[in-house]
Amino acid sequence: MGEVRGGCCPPMDLFRSEAMQLVQLIIPIESAHVTVSYLGDLGFLQFKDLNSEKSPFQRTYAAQIKKCGDMARKLRFFKEQMDKAGVSPSSKPVTQTDIDMDGLDLKLGELEAELVEMNANNDKLQRTYNELIEYKLVLLKAGEFFSSALSSATAQQREIESHQVGEESLDTPLLADQEISTDSSKQVKLGFLTGLVPKEKSLAFERIIFRATRGNVFIRQSAIEVPVIDPISGEKIEKNVFVVFYSGERAKTKILKICEAFGANRYPFTEDLGKQNQIIDEVSGKVSELKTTIDAGLLHRSNLLQTIGDQFVQWNSLVRKEKSICHTLNMLSLDVTKKCLVAEGWSPVFASKQIQEALQRAAFDSSSQVGAIFQVLHTKESPPTYFRTNIFTTAFQEIVDAYGVARYQEANPGVYTIVTFPFLFAVMFGDWGHGICLLLTTLVFIIRENKLSGQKLGDITEMTFGGRYVILLMALFSIYTGLIYNEFFSVPFELFGHSAYACRDLSCRDATTDGLIKVGPTYPFGVDPVWHGTRSELPFLNSLKMKMSILLGVAQMNLGIILSFFNAVYFRNGLNIWFQFIPQMIFLNSLFGYLSLLIIVKWATGSQADLYHVMIYMFLSPTDELGENQLFAGQKMVQQVLLLLALVSVPWMLLPKPFLMKKQHEDRHLGQSYTPLQSTEESLQVEVNHDSHGHEEFEFSEVFVHQLIHTIEFVLGAVSNTASYLRLWALRHLIHPVGLIMCFILSLSFCSLAHSELSSVFYEKVLLLAWGFNNVIILIVGIIIFIFATIGVLLVMETLSAFLHALRLHWVEFQNKFYEGDGYRFYPFSFALLSDEDE
Amino acid sequence: MYGFEALTFNIHGGYLEAIVRGHRSGLLTAADYNNLCQCETLDDIKMHLTATEYGPYLQNEPSPLHTTTIVEKCTLKLVDEYKHMLCQATEPLSTFLEYCTYGHMIDNVVLIVTGTLHERDVQELLEKCHPLGMFDSIATLAVAQNMRELYRLVLVDTPLAPYFSECITSEDLDDMNIEIMRNTLYKAYLEDFYRFCQKLGGATAEIMSDLLAFEADRRAVNITINSIGTELTRDDRRKLYSNFGLLYPYGHEELAVCEDLDQVRGVMEKYPPYQSIFSRLSYGESQLLDKAFYEEEVKRLCLSFEQQFHYAVFFAYMRLREQEIRNLMWISECVAQNQKSRVHDSVVFIF
Repeated sequence: MGEVRGGCCPPMDLFRSEAMQLVQLIIPIESAHVTVSYLGDLGFLQFKDLNSEKSPFQRTYAAQIKKCGDMARKLRFFKEQMDKAGVSPSSKPVTQTDIDMDGLDLKLGELEAELVEMNANNDKLQRTYNELIEYKLVLLKAGEFFSSALSSATAQQREIESHQVGEESLDTPLLADQEISTDSSKQVKLGFLTGLVPKEKSLAFERIIFRATRGNVFIRQSAIEVPVIDPISGEKIEKNVFVVFYSGERAKTKILKICEAFGANRYPFTEDLGKQNQIIDEVSGKVSELKTTIDAGLLHRSNLLQTIGDQFVQWNSLVRKEKSICHTLNMLSLDVTKKCLVAEGWSPVFASKQIQEALQRAAFDSSSQVGAIFQVLHTKESPPTYFRTNIFTTAFQEIVDAYGVARYQEANPGVYTIVTFPFLFAVMFGDWGHGICLLLTTLVFIIRENKLSGQKLGDITEMTFGGRYVILLMALFSIYTGLIYNEFFSVPFELFGHSAYACRDLSCRDATTDGLIKVGPTYPFGVDPVWHGTRSELPFLNSLKMKMSILLGVAQMNLGIILSFFNAVYFRNGLNIWFQFIPQMIFLNSLFGYLSLLIIVKWATGSQADLYHVMIYMFLSPTDELGENQLFAGQKMVQQVLLLLALVSVPWMLLPKPFLMKKQHEDRHLGQSYTPLQSTEESLQVEVNHDSHGHEEFEFSEVFVHQLIHTIEFVLGAVSNTASYLRLWALRHLIHPVGLIMCFILSLSFCSLAHSELSSVFYEKVLLLAWGFNNVIILIVGIIIFIFATIGVLLVMETLSAFLHALRLHWVEFQNKFYEGDGYRFYPFSFALLSDEDE
Repeated sequence: MYGFEALTFNIHGGYLEAIVRGHRSGLLTAADYNNLCQCETLDDIKMHLTATEYGPYLQNEPSPLHTTTIVEKCTLKLVDEYKHMLCQATEPLSTFLEYCTYGHMIDNVVLIVTGTLHERDVQELLEKCHPLGMFDSIATLAVAQNMRELYRLVLVDTPLAPYFSECITSEDLDDMNIEIMRNTLYKAYLEDFYRFCQKLGGATAEIMSDLLAFEADRRAVNITINSIGTELTRDDRRKLYSNFGLLYPYGHEELAVCEDLDQVRGVMEKYPPYQSIFSRLSYGESQLLDKAFYEEEVKRLCLSFEQQFHYAVFFAYMRLREQEIRNLMWISECVAQNQKSRVHDSVVFIF
């Protein structure tokens, strides 16, 4: 396609993507690993998968990948353990101990086994410890319960006795007798269980026990204030201590089963107070003993983790590299002799020397007898698109790529985007106060670039950080346009000398109502501050900015069409020059180019002509006299010629191209049909080529419809795209009714309001209103509202909105003139890229 | 509201329908199964599965793997997804989703009760239970001695309680009783679910009634085949069939009197949708019947995704995922036991 780069143009790295070549490497199997590793360091080769029909575990290096996967799992395990223990992997560079994969695997295995054993021991101790703690709690709580029950029981007993003594009636003694007798008879068989049950299950637990024993139990529960660590799961949960009194063996087995089912831990308990105290003491002693053991174990463990942590980063990257190497090796096809591997891949042309050097180095280092063979293959396949961007241009290229990756070697709009994108943004955003705020924000990012680029940032911050250079240019341009618009938080300043206008006499205080006269020379730079707040401010600025938008739009669209010319020249496509570029240029410029010319003439001459009228009647009645709307001599004639040209260029765009394409195709086809006669082998060759070429069928109707659509799109697009550029103005000024309608039609989001209008609303309605009250509190509140409104609405939302519109102007209005954007990106096999994607 | 559900469905159900369709696209495809069937070891299976949506669940499993680990992790994924959907669901979808798990609940109850009958350890039984059918007091089932106790102690708190009204007896539990209980419960559950779906109306009712009818018919056939040659009387058998479905009521009358497989076949071939299933089986062969039914079910479940704005997709997704887990279990078992020739016996491709 484009093997020879024309000597016409100077090398522009970003203007066209790098020249790529399909290369074949034949690597001896013994040096394959080293070779791939060196190529990964280099990062200039995108390997093609030559085994795509094989499933992952049928490939040559599946076992190695499995091993790497296992090592990665072990490392993840270490990481998890370190996170739990609060040990962070040290980032300090460790002495590069040369360790091969087998050694590492062995070492990791040992470490893992050690750690697992330690954890198991630790868990066992911890479990016993937690059990003891629980036991202690049960003893305390149940002891409390028993003692309180005892005291209340004795109190009751006394009461009953006193009742008996004090009140003698007919039936009381009988009842009391009964109670006492039943009590004493039950007490003999009454057994009890104590333990802990999780709080959220306690109600169900009680209910089930009640049901299972038909209510023949007595349950007491009391909550523990602090959550306890469950010995089995090792999690902190809130628990209740329970005591269940039951009678009979069957009830006991039932209750035991229920306890088991609910995960309630049971602990033995004695009623004897003296024994209780003894047990508590015993348990406390054990607890403190265990504590020291556990602490020692933990210390040992954290030491081990620390040593792991020292080398963790190195190991991790080593394993990751190894895994990626094996993946790459799996993409290579094994030669029939099984002595070498064949790799195919894309590489930039400029890198072939470096690749060859790497191959030689690899052959030397692995002391293999034969070096790898490097050869360039010829192919009809479309190569990947690769731009060598730097830290500054990357973000701009991303903006273009987000729409579509450029076709191989087509003109890259990214070059122009670097300037036009921030500029169009600034046209909408222009306010040098806001611009300075934006500049300060982005400067923070740029100054702390080195520090921030290593960290993980939040989603939005990450995005802002990625686009820091875009924002920098956007801010600078906003300051520039803000100076032209003469707005600082919507307040005009007389930065460049005094205003050219002044009051007619000293008595006029209100400049908004009375006319002014010109006293000095024209204001040297930007809009005269005196316009601010006058009645004619809006008509004046609207007219200025609308016209400016059209000028900018026509200029950018022309640039787009001219780029399509460069593409056509580069790809040697004459048809596109004669039947696409030229009529498109004529059409656009005879209508909107002419409008731009009229605007400039009007500005230069100060004419009073109505341009709407001129443009509309140019179509409706081209033969009528222009009258007072005439801007220059012979205008009518010029208009008629231009109209004619525009009308002619439409069929010019539409008709010839499909017919000529048909003819070209037939010519080619004719040429091909002769070849098979020469020899059978060649005919096979041709067949193969033919298939791989992939454009046999020429469907004329399809091509014609395609061209029709393109033509209609361009013709209508010329009008609608020009109108679309009015968003540059509409976003600044909404108050005009036309602007309102335009904004509703044009803006992508309904909420996008005119920037300067909003800004002045906040300034006047909030800040000045608050000022007028002469009250400190109101003033402070007003200032706070003003600051938040400025930051929230004007700086954040308006930036986004203007960004969005600038994006649309680039993607749609500019790029649809020439940009195909159907390429695919170059993803080289590189260790440098590896670390980002895995996280 | 038939016909208008599209208007309002997305207010509450749109997000979850999108989620469930996303999950569905994560189901293993025929290509995946082909690759899995070629695996030599369980590690190969793990390696292949880590490249699918099961990746995060399997990647941290240390290497000698067991079939149970694979199945457990895959089920865990289903459970996580289910829980997520249940969290997000509003009425009546949340009730619908809960209904989907009652089947597992019944199975779990039966599992535990049978297990305790044979004196197995409760903890061990609990591990075997399907996590979707768990409820709080499930372990207490072990305490119960007969149906009445079972009901009174535990099940009265669960959603299964209403289904029990049919089978409360004071008889002691034995294998036969339990099996009858399972089928009675299932019958009541399916009928209740059917009524619930009818109440929901719209496309949900339409599709779910088709799916549930198929389920009911399949159970009827299975009950018939399994009860041939047992002491179950015709009337008892007749009572276990659900009161809806394609076979209801005349097919049930005929099934109730069947004495061998060929008679069942004779009955079923009168119904066109089941004709194709039975025509594929040669006479006297019942092992392949399960697979044939599963295949038919999978086909119907997949079809339910063709319509939008209904709840049957949730049911279908869960069923498909369960089928997939069954497939994985079968494949892993075959691989683990070196029976690769039998891999295709029981695997039902979903796509």
